[in-house]
Amino acid sequence: MRRRALLLAPLLAAAAAPERVLTLGGAVTEAVFALGAADRLVGTDLTSRYPEAAAALPKTGYLRALGAEGVLSLRPSLVLASADAGPPAALRQVAAAGVRIVTLPEAHAPTAALDRIAAIAAALHRDPSPLLARLRADLAQVQADIATLPARPRVLFLLSAGRGAPLAAGADTAADAMLRLAGARNAIAGHAYRPISAEAVLLAAPELIVTTDDTLAGLGDAGALLALPGLAATPAGRGRRVAAFDALYLLGFGPRLAGALRHLALAVHPDAALRPLPSAGAPAG
Amino acid sequence: MIATAIHPPKNMVFAGLGGMFLLALLLETLLGPVPIAPARLLHLLLGAPADATEAAVLWQIRLPRALLAVAVGAALGMAGAAQQGLFRNQLADPALIGVSAGAALAAVAGIVFAAPLQALAPVPPGLLVPLLAFGGGLAASLLALRLAGGDTAGLLLAGIAVNAACGAATGLLVTLSDDRQLRDITFWTMGSLAGGGWLGGGIALLASLIAAAMILPAAPALDALLLGEREAGWLGVRVDRLRLRVVVATALAVGAAVAAAGIIGFVGLVVPHLLRLLGQPRHGVLLPGAALLGAALLLLADTLARGVAAPAELPVGLVTSALGAPFFIALLLRRPA
Repeated sequence: MRRRALLLAPLLAAAAAPERVLTLGGAVTEAVFALGAADRLVGTDLTSRYPEAAAALPKTGYLRALGAEGVLSLRPSLVLASADAGPPAALRQVAAAGVRIVTLPEAHAPTAALDRIAAIAAALHRDPSPLLARLRADLAQVQADIATLPARPRVLFLLSAGRGAPLAAGADTAADAMLRLAGARNAIAGHAYRPISAEAVLLAAPELIVTTDDTLAGLGDAGALLALPGLAATPAGRGRRVAAFDALYLLGFGPRLAGALRHLALAVHPDAALRPLPSAGAPAG
Repeated sequence: MIATAIHPPKNMVFAGLGGMFLLALLLETLLGPVPIAPARLLHLLLGAPADATEAAVLWQIRLPRALLAVAVGAALGMAGAAQQGLFRNQLADPALIGVSAGAALAAVAGIVFAAPLQALAPVPPGLLVPLLAFGGGLAASLLALRLAGGDTAGLLLAGIAVNAACGAATGLLVTLSDDRQLRDITFWTMGSLAGGGWLGGGIALLASLIAAAMILPAAPALDALLLGEREAGWLGVRVDRLRLRVVVATALAVGAAVAAAGIIGFVGLVVPHLLRLLGQPRHGVLLPGAALLGAALLLLADTLARGVAAPAELPVGLVTSALGAPFFIALLLRRPA
């Protein structure tokens, strides 16, 4: 099956590759860039902030509040939409204008992330095998290294939603999946991203707080985060252990997944010796 | 002479409002991020074969949105004018009797418990929140009417109680929701005409027409009520019946409007004031005038919502306030002392 797809790939590319592509979702946009098809992009959404060239493209607004006419005004022939994109009525109106919409599933595991990149490549009539081979090698090594780590520290992932209590990542979230993949235990047992009380933070007793750059910027700095009720008295608070990452890098499950895993594992296990990624020395693209 | 200067003749007011409405309708169909030349628009409207994108933009996006804007804007404007007449208070708006709060509570419940509710009642996913919002708005205002115990001051207090209870329950649901539901709730409360489609617009228009048929004949009674409840009673107005009529019509029209478009502020409160500031206190002019002006304002707001930030879109509720507030302030400043 796979061999057949490889044989067909160049033929399909010659046939009718979509010319004007709109991406909805940061990880999807990243994949289009990693596949070398960025020249076909006519626009993206507000969550597409990497690479820098993506930021310069016309923006169709926030992923879950798209306007159908705005999307159509970019005259796309293909819309690559992450599972989050919406509202459904807007996507239906776009499809009614004869635009092909490929909706990509959510990915919270390395295999799903690779499958999603393969699906994006198929929609673009691109051969994904060089990129996928590189990502597989990177992931295999970093996962093997993480598997040798002895301890699994308790980590709390916090996301600030403006005022009020911060949101903590429970099961079925990208943050929870990343924590487990990086050799950590999620310090809380809840589901999805939900507000967490000071007492629940104390009970969770995390040894490390992981958060996003935006959350830290919103609060001021790591000191302001640790000053949130309950946090100071936890092991992480007493040791002042906070790690912040770019949200798309850490939670996107896109082409930079192996690097994000390695960085998160190093934050969780500061003494661990993780090898540099095989592709780190090689030129990208 | 001075009286005519302050009160322009009724026909002139209707001609002006009608002209504004038609202009707003034209702009809504003509302008947007996808450019369609006026000549092409005529071709498309006549059903001539055309570019698929242009046809879809006109028939799937702009015209259904225009229909919904007319239905929702007219409902909010007219219901606001009727409420202000009923309560004899210019700060009254359709939210006062709990219809918006009840609709919001039910809609938020529909967003937070989407999965179990879908399993219980297999309605199409896009219809779950509108149906709940309509039912919630109707239930909350009927509850307020029931609690009121037959006088207008009581209705005001009952409305406050229902609003507070619905607000608390909505807040509880918000704390139960996860981040994705929270984002959907936020956008729902800012209002949008994008999701209604022909079906939503058609239902909202039908509800508005029924409400208009109930409210418009009550204009002389609302005029008499300006003298006071007891005085209106001496003039032969059955105030309790009038109250029931206005509340039910408002619940119907505003409930359908909120169901199809979410919360759109400003129109119901301020449109009647705009007309009064133009010297039109009589309900015979005020009620249909508020419907026309509300529809025109919402059409204009939606044109801007689609176009200003293109290719992104603004929530229409933000635009109505941004558009109406300066206009309102200008009229206030020009008001004779």
